[in-house]
This record gives sequence, structure tokens and C-alpha cells, in this order.
Amino acid sequence: MSTLAVQDHGVGQGHHDHDHGHHHHETFLTKYIFSQDHKMIAKQFLITGIIMAVIAMVLSILFRIQLAYPEKAFPFLETLLGRFAPGGRLDTNFYLSLVTIHGTIMVFFVLTAGLSGTFSNLLIPYQLGARDMASPFMNMLSYWLFFIASVIMLGSFFTEKGPAGPGWTIYPPLSALPKAMPGSGMGMTLWLISMVLFVASQLLGGINYVSTILNMRTKGMDLWKMPLTIWAFFLTAILGVLAFPVLVAGVVLLIFDRSFGTSFYLSDIVIQNQQTTFEGGSPILFQHLFWFLGHPEVYIVIMPALGISSEVIATNSRKPIFGYHAMVYSLIGITVLSFIVWGHHMFVTGMNPFLGGVFMITTLIIAVPSAVKTFNYLATLWRGNIRFTPAMLFAIGLVSFFISGGITGIFLGNAALDINLHDTYFVVAHFHLVMGSAAIFGMLAGVYHWFPKMFGRMMDTKLGYLHFWLTFIGAYLVFFPMHFMGLDGVPRRYYSFTEIESLKQWVSVNTFITWAAILSALAQVAFLWNFFYSIFFGEKAPQNPWGSTTIEWTTPVEHIHGNWPGEIPTVYRWPYDYSKPGHDTDFIPQTTPFSQTLASNLPHDFEDNPVSLEEHKQWVNTQRSSEKEVK
Amino acid sequence: MFLLLGTNLVMAQATSSNATATDSGDTSAQSAGMWASVGYYTLLFLIVCVVVAVVGKILKVYDLTLQMQGRRGINWNNVMATGFLIFLIAGIIGVYYSFTEQGSMILGPASSVHGKTLDTMFWTTFGITFVVFLGTQILLFTFLFKYKGSDKRKAYYYPHNNTIEKIWTVAPAIVLTVLVVFGFLTWRKITNTVDAKGEVASLNVDVTGHQFAWELRYPGKDGKLGKKQSKLVSGTNKLGINFEDKNSFDDLAADTLVLPVNKSVRLNIIAQDVIHSVYMPNFRVQINAVPGLPTYFKFTPTKTTAQMRADLDQPDFNYHLYCNKICGGSHYNMQKIVLVVSQAEYQNWLANQKPYLSDQLKKELKLADNTLYKQYQLQNSLASNN
Ligand code: HEM
Ligand SMILES: [Cu+2]
Ligand SMILES: [Cu+2]
Repeated sequence: MSTLAVQDHGVGQGHHDHDHGHHHHETFLTKYIFSQDHKMIAKQFLITGIIMAVIAMVLSILFRIQLAYPEKAFPFLETLLGRFAPGGRLDTNFYLSLVTIHGTIMVFFVLTAGLSGTFSNLLIPYQLGARDMASPFMNMLSYWLFFIASVIMLGSFFTEKGPAGPGWTIYPPLSALPKAMPGSGMGMTLWLISMVLFVASQLLGGINYVSTILNMRTKGMDLWKMPLTIWAFFLTAILGVLAFPVLVAGVVLLIFDRSFGTSFYLSDIVIQNQQTTFEGGSPILFQHLFWFLGHPEVYIVIMPALGISSEVIATNSRKPIFGYHAMVYSLIGITVLSFIVWGHHMFVTGMNPFLGGVFMITTLIIAVPSAVKTFNYLATLWRGNIRFTPAMLFAIGLVSFFISGGITGIFLGNAALDINLHDTYFVVAHFHLVMGSAAIFGMLAGVYHWFPKMFGRMMDTKLGYLHFWLTFIGAYLVFFPMHFMGLDGVPRRYYSFTEIESLKQWVSVNTFITWAAILSALAQVAFLWNFFYSIFFGEKAPQNPWGSTTIEWTTPVEHIHGNWPGEIPTVYRWPYDYSKPGHDTDFIPQTTPFSQTLASNLPHDFEDNPVSLEEHKQWVNTQRSSEKEVK
Repeated sequence: MFLLLGTNLVMAQATSSNATATDSGDTSAQSAGMWASVGYYTLLFLIVCVVVAVVGKILKVYDLTLQMQGRRGINWNNVMATGFLIFLIAGIIGVYYSFTEQGSMILGPASSVHGKTLDTMFWTTFGITFVVFLGTQILLFTFLFKYKGSDKRKAYYYPHNNTIEKIWTVAPAIVLTVLVVFGFLTWRKITNTVDAKGEVASLNVDVTGHQFAWELRYPGKDGKLGKKQSKLVSGTNKLGINFEDKNSFDDLAADTLVLPVNKSVRLNIIAQDVIHSVYMPNFRVQINAVPGLPTYFKFTPTKTTAQMRADLDQPDFNYHLYCNKICGGSHYNMQKIVLVVSQAEYQNWLANQKPYLSDQLKKELKLADNTLYKQYQLQNSLASNN
């Protein structure tokens, strides 16, 4: 591979010719299908992610219809789903399958692969000044494994008994005993296979991101000059590489229990009055393994979204991100801490209560860096000169959701309060706001912001506005009332609330929520239309549509292999010199050397460079004395 | 824009032809009705799309004419900023509405001793976090409005301020520490399920979960529950009670979880097949039922069912125990009624419960020849003679 040469800044020119040679030999197959170009792979991840998101959204509407009208038959459901909706009413087991696949697709396929896969691939080489990823081949493999995993996951709808049904957390014994529910049969097997492939894809991607970031930065791009997007992708990749293998371990043991008669997770099981031979395992063990990934996973989902919104908010407030260092340190803090809080998902599972106490302490510590990030976003907006591009709207939406959802984390993180909140709709509200809504908004902000870079065209702004407002309002209408359901003790993953007397009062609220969900889902048509239409017919994008400082906007609008014609630009400054006093435009690209901006340089710019700081002071002094002379 | 309209039409045709294609096999009137309503909603949506497209077009034309007349077009940036301000106000009203409307539907005060501590803790946490929630959201949206972009202004270059950053790191840390300490101590107290020395012994009740029901077992006169073993579970011995333990003989099977008020109860919980969860929100009680791993919850009910009925003015009110861990198709209907009664009523009820040891089980286990059982019977008859 030529990648080592690529990172060698000096040989840019010669290298480029060599690349061009490649370019002309490209066939349709190597350009669009088995592409090794990070830009194309990013688009592949994005479009697959969008398709998966639409599918998962449709699934959620199906089960929301059930919750809104538990007594009513919908003949079209039977036509659509056949044996899974006999007589037009969802089968109870199929309801659980819908919930399971909805959760799995959203968390893993959309918000992990769709989000990190798209933007890490797109932005790491672009914003760091690399011609491609460290290993383009691994990168291609990563996408195709992800693709196969997606196909298998969706394929499970065509098995006789339907897809996996024990919830996205697939706790055994429910997931281990095919007798326990139809969704523990073939569908579950496919789920497990799909997830193993998925994790392989994540690992290939993650290793690639980490090595690219560490080794392939352009001249001048030291770690503290990296945009926060890159910091976020970097730490996310590390989290993924360390946590995902544990999920595979858990899954493999589960496969053994299911297929080879082992008892890692099973003990003393009598099912439907029949004895089994399982002996000596522990269901809690699986939960430890699952949440050891599962909790980092939620940060794998939110950190890239936070990185993207940092970038978008700074650019569109025309202000440096407030407390860049604090932002990086909070990300690092979150990364480290997220490995030691997983037990907060297990407070009432029978885990040793003393452990519960310890996990409660670590959990509430992780709320501190999260709070710091929020305050820093607010401080960035303060006295900004805010431009409301659609990307900016979604980034703002992220901040609002992150606050609303993060706050309920403080209730749940308290083991004592969690006794009554665990597995209720309060938890559903919490994670749909902080993860579902906030992370999706981060992803959408990224799509609107970097669409011009990806496709060379602009998306329609007005449709973007419409999309934002409907989705923003819709999401709050859907998830806010769920808090109260949780506080009334309404359990999640219930097929209907008509059987338990005290829960019947919530049916009307559920109807309301369903209609709000349908509204928000339909609003996505505005996005889909805008997205696909603009790919082909959007206005042509200018070089730097948002007036950004980062170096991806110095590449030509038309994609070329190797990103930059000629030499890769050198970076001289941090990415947040917006509205710097003394400079004529309101942004200074990272590629502008300080020697060209003497009037706007600040001591702050040279904090880590004493020599330049001295020079800067001298320059300021001479400036002052000459001013005096004039007077 | 016209293209957009055109494609809408094409889409409409595509959906309708799709509809007829799938429809053709099925001729019942019902399905015709169904497609009529599906078609109706599809059409409705398409009309909305068309209206949106037309409005978009009109706005664009309006904007262009303004510009041609040399005036400034619509300032969308200001429209968005105002939108956020409106959202803030509407949001606050909405939050208020939600709190009064749905907020009034939540659980009332806890009916258990530890639950009252939890309620205090909940409302303290709520008070603190709600202020933060409102404060940050208000700042967010007012900043958006106040600092909306204009060509005349330049943003204030303000990259960092270590003092401020330290303050807002330390402040949440302190608040959270307080909450954690409070929570930790309460948690330790609640999860301590062993009766301390000198404390009045708790009433032990056995709760076993399986798909999709709960089985209850009360101790007999001896006040002790006999041992259980999953390997002994069979058609007649549903819970797998071990009758080599003499405490088992007088155990009682019950249908309803009846609890005496103001007396400490310890639930001994286990599941047979998959994980379930014993959840009684009114008492702030929840713990999973796990196959192979016994779990416990100790609590003291403080309010009888009758009192609750009077207080809520709901004559049909009942406490419930329901499953709160996904466990299969009928997870949503795995419940037990819970009755909290006075001590006297409880004794009365208990006296009427059937022993777990059924006649058939006696035969199966050949208890007639069992020395331990004979001893137990002898003791029993002596006791009743006295
Ligand atoms: C302020 C920091 C946060 C705290 C203290 C916190 C705390 C918790 C706790 C204790 C639970 C378990 C609740 C239960 O099951 O009873 C939970 C659930 C969850 N949280 Fe958070 N959380 C925080 C932020 C986040 C973020 C940023 C995300 C994702 C982006 C997230 C995603 C989730 C998810 C997905 C679940 C539910 C998992 C499930 O049971 O299916 N949380 N959170
Ligand atoms: Cu977690
Ligand atoms: Cu259950």
C-alpha cells in the first residue's frame, strides 16, 4: 500500500501523479462498490445508515400503533405482516421482536456505524490532512462487514418464528432458551451472528481511525490543534476497540449455551414444568459482560455527536468553542469513566448491593464532565453572532436534548431512586432524549453541515428548517410525557397497558404519543427528499460554504483521489479562530500562518511555544512604541 | 420546485398501483375498506406535501419580488431566532401543562417506610435538577435570540476562562456529592435484608416467578419456610419444595399477596425459567427474580388497601405486583393483587389458606411411612389437644 508515502508531506506532488494513475483505471465496481476511498466509504456508511434508520423508524411506528390502540384491529397490518399480525392485531411476541430490532438497529446500525462510520471516515483524513485512511483496504472491509451484518439482521424477519425478541439487551435465559419465546429461536441465532460481524466491522474501523489519527496528521497538526470532531472520533474509536470485544465474548458464550449445551449463563432452570440439565451458570454474568460494552456504547453514540456539534456551533456562532481544553479533558474523562459505571444498569438485578453502591458513586462522577460540556456550549453561544443554518439548528437541538435527557440520568444513577424507576418508561424517556434524540440530531447536524463536502452540492435550507422544527417539537412531544408514565410505575416492553388496572389510565397519553411519533416520522420525508434530491439536483457548493477554518474546506469541491491536488496544506493554528479581533474577516483558516496575521495574534496563541511568544511580545511592543511616535 | 410536485404525483401513482397489486388476491369488503382508509391517509399526506411545496414556492417568489424591488428579503435568520424564543415560551407552558396534567397521574406518596425516604430524596433531586433544567434551557434559547447573527456585529472572541470553568466543574461536583452520600446511605439501609439482632423477625414470604405467573408460599405455624430445590420441581410439587426439611410440612400456598400493615416483610424471590422482576411501585419495591440466584427485598407496608381506597376515593383501588423484566409473550400480564390488611385480618386470612402439601403430593412422596412426617403430625395433634 502507498499509505506510508501518503503521510510523507514532502512528496505530495509526486505522489499525486501516481494516484491519478489509479484514478483513470477505476471501474464502476471499484469506484462505487468496493471502493477504498474514504470519501466513498463515508457515503456508503451514511446511505446504509439512513436506510436502516428509516426501517427502524417504521418498526417503531408499528409498535406505537399497538400501544395507542390496544383493542383495535388494523387489517392493513395483517396484509403487511401476515402471520405476525393475525386478524390485524400484532402478535404479542412479534411486538417484542419489533422492539428488539428497533433498538438494535438504532443503537448499533444507525448511531454507531451510521454515525461514526460516516463522519470518522469522512473527516479524519479531511480534517487532519491525510490522503486517505491508514488502511483503505481494512476500511472497505469494515463497510462490507457492516453491510452483511445489516442484511442478516433484516433477514431475520423472514425466519419462520420472526426476529430476535428478548430486547436489545438480549438477557439470557430468555435469549438462551428457544422454548422461552419464538424470538429466541432462529431469529436470535441470526441476531448473534449479525452482531459478531458488526463488531468485527467496528474493530476494523476503530483500529483504522486510531492509527490514522496518531500517524497521519499533516505538518503542524499536533494533537492540540485537532478539531473537537477528531478528538471525539479518536476517543470513540478507543472506547469501541476496548469495549466491543467484551460483547463478542459475551455473545460467543451465549452461542455456546444455546447450541452446545454449556451453562455459562444458566442454572436451575425449569421451563414449562420441564427440568433442564443446565447447572452452575449465572445470568448476571451476561449482564456484566453486556453492560461492560453497553455503557461505553452509549458514549460511543453520543461523543461523535458532541464532537460534530462543537464544530457546528463554533462555526455558526462565529466564535471559538469555549474552553477547548476543558472540552477535550471532559471527553477524556468520559472515556475513562465510562468503563467503570456499567453496573448502574444492574442495581436491582440481584447484583451484590455493595457493588451497586460503588457504581452509583462512579456514575454520578461521570455526570460532571457531561455538565461541563453543556456549560461550555452555552458559553460558546454567549455573545456570538449566530447564523441559523439547518446544521446549527440541529446542533442546538442536540444541546437542548442533552440537557433534558442528562438530567434524568442523575435520578437513575442514584441506586436508591432507581429501585422504582428501573425498566420503566422513565428510563425510556431518559435514553431516547439523551441518546435517541440528541445523537440523531448530532448526526443530522453533521449531514447538513458536510453535505456540500460529501456531494459537492447544497441541501435546501428551507426544507431543512421545516425538518428541524417538526422533528424537534415532535421528539419532545413523544418523550416528555414518558417521564410521568415512568413515575407512575409503567413498565417498558409491555405489549399493552390494558391488563393491569392501575396502568389503564395511560392509554390516552399513549395515543397522543403515537400521533406525535407519526408526525415526527413523516417529517423525515422532508429530510429524505432534500437529501436524495440534492445529491443530484442541489445547487453547486462553493469552496467553503460556511466560512470554516478547518482544512477539509481547502480541498476541491470535485472529489479527487488523495483529496488535495498538489501538496497537503500545513497547519499553523487551532481550528477556532473565529471573529478574532484585529482581523478583517471573521475567520482565519488553520492554514494561515501567524506571520500573516500579526495584527490579530494574541499571547494565548503561543502558550505552548515560548520562542514565538517572545517574538509576539516584541512585535506588540514595537507596535505600541510606533503608535506613540505617531501621537 | 415543479419537479418536486411532479415527483409527488409519480409517487402517488406508485403507491396506488402498489396497493392494487397487493390487493388483488383479497376481495373481501373489509379489505376494500382498509385500502380505502390507507389510501385516504396516503392521499392526505401527499396533499400536505403539495401544500408544503406550494407554500415554499410562494415564499421563494415573495422573497424574490422583495429583492427585485430593492428591499431586503425575508431575514430567515431572524425568523429562526424568533422561533426559538417562541419555542422557549411555548415549551415552558407545555412543561407546566405536562406537570399539571400528566404529573397528577403519577404515583402518590409511598406506602412503605423506606419508600418515604425515597420520596424525600426524589423530590430533593427533582428540585435541584429542575432548576438546572429550566436555567440552562432558558439561557440556551435566550442566547439564541439575543445573539442572532447580523452583518453589523462581530462575535466576541472569548476562547476560555479558567476561573469560570473551575467554578462550573466544582459546583456540580459538590451538588452531586451531596446526592450521592444521601443516596448511598439510603441504598445501604434498604438493601440490608437480614433481620438485626433484637429486631422483631420479619414475615418471610416466598415469591416464585415463572412464565407467566407468580407463586406465593407462606410459612405455617412454625414461622419458617421449608427449603426449595429446583431439581425437585414436578407437576405436583410446582415449587420444588424439599420435604426432607420438616419446616416444609406446614407451609401454605396462597393466591394473593396479603400483608399485615406496619410489619416488616421479607420477600424471598426466585425464578424458574427466565428472569422476571418483582415490581410493586406503590411500595417502591423492585428486585429481579433470577433463575438460580435467590434475591430478597425487605420492606414495611404502612398503609392498608382500605385506607388507600378511602384516601384516593377509589373503592376499587388495589396494590399490584407486576413483572418488570421482559420475560416473553405475556410479560405484560404477569401480575398479582397485593392486599395490605390489619394484623387481625391477616391472621384470619392466613388460617384459611390451604397447605402446600396436597394429598396427592403426600401420596407421591409416600409420607405415610416417613418418620419425620409422623413426628410432625404427632406434635401437631399434641399441640391442638392442649
Ligand atoms: C448524565 C449522565 C448520565 C447518567 C448519570 C446516566 C445514567 C443512567 C442510568 C443509571 C441508567 C440505567 C437506568 C435503568 O435501567 O434503571 C441509564 C440508562 C440508559 N442510559 Fe444513561 N445516563 C447518562 C447519560 C447517558 C447518555 C449520554 C446516554 C447515551 C447517549 C445514555 C444512554 C442510556 C441508555 C441507552 C440507557 C438504557 C439502557 C437500557 O436499559 O435499555 N445515558 N442511564
Ligand atoms: Cu449506562
Ligand atoms: Cu415475567
